[in-house]
Amino acid sequence: MHELSIANSILEAVQAEAARRGGVCVRSVGVRVGEWSGVVPEALEFGFEALVKDTAWKSLKLQIERCPRRQRCTACGHEFAVDGYEWNCPACNSSQTVPISGDELEIAYLEVEGP
Amino acid sequence: MNRVPVEKKVLSENDRIAAELRTKFREHGILCLNFISSPGAGKTSLLERTLEGLPREARVAVLTGDIQTDNDAQRVARFGFPVRQITTGGTCHLDARMIERALAEWRLEDLDLLLIENVGNLVCPASYDLGEAAKIVVLSVAEGEDKPLKYPAIFFKSELLVLNKLDLLPFVPFDIAAARENARRVHPGMEILEVSCTSREGLCAWQKWMEKRRAAFREEIAAPAG
Repeated sequence: MHELSIANSILEAVQAEAARRGGVCVRSVGVRVGEWSGVVPEALEFGFEALVKDTAWKSLKLQIERCPRRQRCTACGHEFAVDGYEWNCPACNSSQTVPISGDELEIAYLEVEGP
Repeated sequence: MNRVPVEKKVLSENDRIAAELRTKFREHGILCLNFISSPGAGKTSLLERTLEGLPREARVAVLTGDIQTDNDAQRVARFGFPVRQITTGGTCHLDARMIERALAEWRLEDLDLLLIENVGNLVCPASYDLGEAAKIVVLSVAEGEDKPLKYPAIFFKSELLVLNKLDLLPFVPFDIAAARENARRVHPGMEILEVSCTSREGLCAWQKWMEKRRAAFREEIAAPAG
């Protein structure tokens, strides 16, 4: 249950970004959460709501995009989603594949109003 | 309403401090290992057996993380090496800033091995880089052999799996072959050692692994960048 501290890091980043942009009103923040990031999206939503409740940021919405584990085959270049720990390339059956996504814990965008 | 791209890691501040620590560790030739497991899998016991096997002049220090108490630090301090307890006061993982603070009073020049015992937890510590050269995950045979499948992130990110409490195998329904297979499904090619910190079975192989890893680290930092 480290989602509350993750939520706090997101809020701090939003506050810094809002201050940097001067006077904008941030309506929502888009966050990418990888399947293997160690963060549970539902717990993050819950933590975020609890964090902003009764504060000046209470109307700030958290929009989570879930990112599945994806690999790229170094032999044939094929990119694929990992299903049930099947790491071999479904195109050429090579076992030489490298991760390209699934670890994300990133702020992707803000939706803002104002100057 | 405007959508503006940000593209910033949520834990960018932690990652920044971790990167600074990693640079410092490399400059001082310190191999830093981050031990992670669920509570009670035997991280502290493995540290005890590790320190016990080191010569007195070994330049090693230990940081142990717990939510409360300094029991682990007391256990580890018996071996005469510098130890510091990080009490997180509720937080379920160590982060890079805690490591930075804990190291402030030590002379890094005096060390070449830093062992960090994370808070007992297979989930949250996986998200926080501490600047370590490698994560080591400890799993005891008193747990389930499906742990790697349930907590893939930490098994994927760890270089080595130490299966501990081998001495309990006759008393628990743990399928060690299945545990190994599950770990390698999540992390193909993962290194795996089987030990008992109580009967000391397998500890020679663990010692050898450490020696090999320390030698590999020395070579890595001696090689010119790039």
